[in-house]
Amino acid sequence: MTAMSRRITTEGRISAKEVAHVARLARLRLTDEELERFAEQLGAVLEHARDVEQLDTAGVPPTAHPLPLVNVLRDDAVVPCLDRDEVLAQAPEVEDDRFRVPRILGEAP
Amino acid sequence: MSTVDRDRPNPSTDPAWEIVIGLEVHCELRTATKLFCGCRNSFGEEPNTSVCPVCLGLPGSLPVLNRTAVDYAMRIGTALHCRVQPSQFHRKNYFYPDMPKDYQISQYDVPINADGWLDLPDGGRIGIIRAHLEEDTGKTTHVGGGGRIHDAAHSLVDYNRAGVPLVEIVSAPDIRSAEEARAYVDELRAILVATGASDGKMEEGSLRVDANVSVRPAGSTDFGTRCEIKNMNSLRSLGRAIEYEAARQMALISEGGTVAQETRHWDEGGGRTGSMRSKEEAYDYRYFPEPDLVPLEPSEDWVAAVATSLPRLPADRRAAVAEASGLPAGSDAVATVVRLGLDHLVDAVVSAAGPPDAPSVAVRRLANEVAADPEAAASLDPASFARLVGMEAGGALTAAQARTVLKAIMDRGGEPEAIASELGFEAMDVSDLEAVVEEIISAHPDEWSRFEAGEDKLTGFFIGKVKAATDGKADLKAASSILRNRR
Amino acid sequence: MTSAIETAARVRAGEGRAADVLEEHLARIAAHESEVHAFNLVLVEQARAAAAAVDEAVAAGRDPGRLAGVPVALKDNLCTRGIPTTCSSRILDGWKPPYDATVVRRLVDAGAVIVGKTNLDEFAMGSSTENSAFGPTRNPHDLGRVPGGSSGGSAAAVAAGFAALGLGSDTGGSIRQPASLCGVVGAKPTYGLVSRYGLVAFASSLDQIGPFGLDVADAALLLDVIAGPDSLDSTCMPDPPVQASSRLGAGVDGLRVGVVEELASAEGLTPPVGICLREAAEALAAAGAKVDEVSVPATVYGLSAYYLIAPAEASSNLARYDGVRYGKRIVPSPDADLTEMYLATRSEGFGAEVKRRIMLGTYALSAGYYDAYYGQAQRVRTLILRDFEAAYRDFDVLLAPTAPGSAFPLGEKTADPLLMYLNDVCTVPSNLAGHPAVSVPFGTDHAGLPLGVQVLAPALGEAVMFQVAAALEAAAPAPPVPAMRRMGGPA
Ligand SMILES: [Mg+2]
Ligand SMILES: [Zn+2]
Repeated sequence: MTAMSRRITTEGRISAKEVAHVARLARLRLTDEELERFAEQLGAVLEHARDVEQLDTAGVPPTAHPLPLVNVLRDDAVVPCLDRDEVLAQAPEVEDDRFRVPRILGEAP
Repeated sequence: MSTVDRDRPNPSTDPAWEIVIGLEVHCELRTATKLFCGCRNSFGEEPNTSVCPVCLGLPGSLPVLNRTAVDYAMRIGTALHCRVQPSQFHRKNYFYPDMPKDYQISQYDVPINADGWLDLPDGGRIGIIRAHLEEDTGKTTHVGGGGRIHDAAHSLVDYNRAGVPLVEIVSAPDIRSAEEARAYVDELRAILVATGASDGKMEEGSLRVDANVSVRPAGSTDFGTRCEIKNMNSLRSLGRAIEYEAARQMALISEGGTVAQETRHWDEGGGRTGSMRSKEEAYDYRYFPEPDLVPLEPSEDWVAAVATSLPRLPADRRAAVAEASGLPAGSDAVATVVRLGLDHLVDAVVSAAGPPDAPSVAVRRLANEVAADPEAAASLDPASFARLVGMEAGGALTAAQARTVLKAIMDRGGEPEAIASELGFEAMDVSDLEAVVEEIISAHPDEWSRFEAGEDKLTGFFIGKVKAATDGKADLKAASSILRNRR
Repeated sequence: MTSAIETAARVRAGEGRAADVLEEHLARIAAHESEVHAFNLVLVEQARAAAAAVDEAVAAGRDPGRLAGVPVALKDNLCTRGIPTTCSSRILDGWKPPYDATVVRRLVDAGAVIVGKTNLDEFAMGSSTENSAFGPTRNPHDLGRVPGGSSGGSAAAVAAGFAALGLGSDTGGSIRQPASLCGVVGAKPTYGLVSRYGLVAFASSLDQIGPFGLDVADAALLLDVIAGPDSLDSTCMPDPPVQASSRLGAGVDGLRVGVVEELASAEGLTPPVGICLREAAEALAAAGAKVDEVSVPATVYGLSAYYLIAPAEASSNLARYDGVRYGKRIVPSPDADLTEMYLATRSEGFGAEVKRRIMLGTYALSAGYYDAYYGQAQRVRTLILRDFEAAYRDFDVLLAPTAPGSAFPLGEKTADPLLMYLNDVCTVPSNLAGHPAVSVPFGTDHAGLPLGVQVLAPALGEAVMFQVAAALEAAAPAPPVPAMRRMGGPA
């Protein structure tokens, strides 16, 4: 089951290209030097994690949460909102009582 | 006419192609508060006034699930014949400024509702893959460049809508035409409103529809590459967008090209869809279980309580009207009566236990005269209506007289008996009517011989003469049975 | 220094003034904070007002609460209304939360006096408090050494006598390891015992807020004050909390204590740690406990599983720092678009370790890797839980080292992330299982630097955990006291 999607990178190495792709997903701009260094360091951590990666866990359910709670719900009752001035005072840029952002190239997926 | 180019195949008529459509409908729930916080869930407030640490995604804030939103989601799932099941929330990660946490709390591999269906008025059945709970995003306004995103100088974000509860209803790719897509959304909207979960307002954005459209050669069972079309804000634009997009794909394939899987934006003014991506950007949502929320496992009692508390749904109401009236459930008249919520008037007629065809007469009056004036329909007294229909069905009033009386009742109220006598409407005595028919037969011997020889369409000719001779007072149904018996 | 319990008792009885207690601590801060750098912000005026309010309450005959007049240091990832909360990150420059964390409200309601916000590894990611945008905190026992981390500021503040109690957060050992390195008591409660509302998230399924104190009783009291249900945190247990301090004097006679073999022989442990652990086990046996070795096999996978799960959750939790709603925004050029703003803001706003973990976590969650990394680590979590469950069928509590060694020199491990991560090898299993654990000072290394021993307990086993911790404390050799703590009050 996990074998299908499991891709063991060669010798725990991540290529600088993969690191660049991940950086893009995470909205981080890395210098070439950082790309190289992170590729090496992430490779080392994943190499250490090889024991976990290769462990046979067939039939073991994942634990997303250490707590056995279910159905934590609240009533549909209105509580006071924050004061708008207090909210907007924290913003880097505001216009017309809204948060202003630079032009957007590309829409929400 | 649509803006589809003349030289493109017309998707609605070209028998060589089949359109395959799946719809994703986002429905805002009518809760008092948002999905994960106690902020007001209301439309049209001053920007950024209905916000708190949770729905602004402030550091350290945590979500707590709204019980009523879960209840509404279960109502929707039950109404769509889904399996209501234990579920879990996941995080869908992507950066966008209308999403305060830069991830959306949604449901992924285990949605609260799965595997249902929706029956269309015409008898078609559309599969429902899932109907899951998720949070809405804030609202972005583009400043400059005519409000279009790519030309805008900058954008402004209002988070009042962020965190409003949504149920996303994903249909199977079972829809085959723009017309059917509209019928699906129309029916779905009626169901959502009936459950009490939604106000169904497409114009205010409380119902938003995205369409996955692909085309394939007729007879093929493979799926073509689909495009997701967004930004349709009415049923009309949904139909137009589908037709345009299908034609675009057909033309592309006909010319030897291939359809690229992408999201496209419907431009209402230009009447076309356009690619939304300006840059090559691979999406990878990195879904994982939301660690700030615990699993949702509605008890059997809760699921059962939801099922029993649901009102009758449109399809059941259509079946009931069809059964009472003997008209087909898929007929326009029955669908109209249910869509306009006039079926209680049919019920009144049934309870009045008048002549056997009173219910079918009632449906005809409701679908025509009453439906034409929805405002007056709302104040129509069921008992008066039932008596009027009984008079017509029993032959005391002709159809034309009944229509006149009905209009009078709807205009100014009153009792049908009083209005009928006020207007001098008294059904012609049967022997008087027979005398009139005899007179007309002798006046038109040629037509009568042809009618006798079996030329049925001459019924209309004689009935027309009867109508003229009696000044509309004759019961035309009675007249035609006299004609048939005389033959 | 008097204990927090004694201080609160004296203040409540009107035998001492909160204002005087505070001034004594502020005097030590004035004298030594520039050397230690425990705080990102000292709240002199607010603390004086809070102490005055406590004294007024006492004068008016009202009970100011169980922590009346006790100075408390707050880790700077706990939200305080109107007071900067930085997580020691540039990216939160200027941010003032519009709300208080639940634990902060509980402290204030109990009459505690908050003296300041303490330094940490940026967003709690680190084991030395060197990954702070505001510079490192130094260990009060040796200013050339780290205090541990990520709650190094709170640990150092308590060790230095800047505050009687401290709050930290523990995602993989961030309370217990600095407690060990600073010679104080630090506990991570059962996941869900303390509300996380207002704790800036690092890894949501692992984070817990917990206490620091100079002794076991003080730490247990602070935990009792902050524990309990909270309608603002879905993952907070709805039942009445356990009373951590209910069995402190009960001794350990007849209790079954298991020394975890895999943690006692974990990767990278220094010899003095093994010696102290053995002596601690012997001390408990001498006090009447039945001590034996126990194997908890899956704990050997703890570190690897932790360094997949925690970064994955962090990569998502830290996405919101995007320059739109609060904190820092960098616009690299006048015509920069949104994505360029995101990239510049996040690249300049986050430090190297945070970026490294965001990268690691994004990678572990990304398409094609989820099952092999995050999914697999969650299954390992199940195995660890099962193995602990088996161990607790035979033992009431477990014993393990806290950290692989004593406080290490500043800069020693900063170049090698993996070496730094190895600091957490003995502490992460409790986070993965959601179980409580406490580090108690026990012995020193050759240089006289403090070391700690960990007592682990099953979920909601805080009472027996602190019971054993108190016995260990009673049996431990007298811990070293930093010179600065002796100043300005009774030693
Ligand atoms: Mg969705
Ligand atoms: Zn809110």
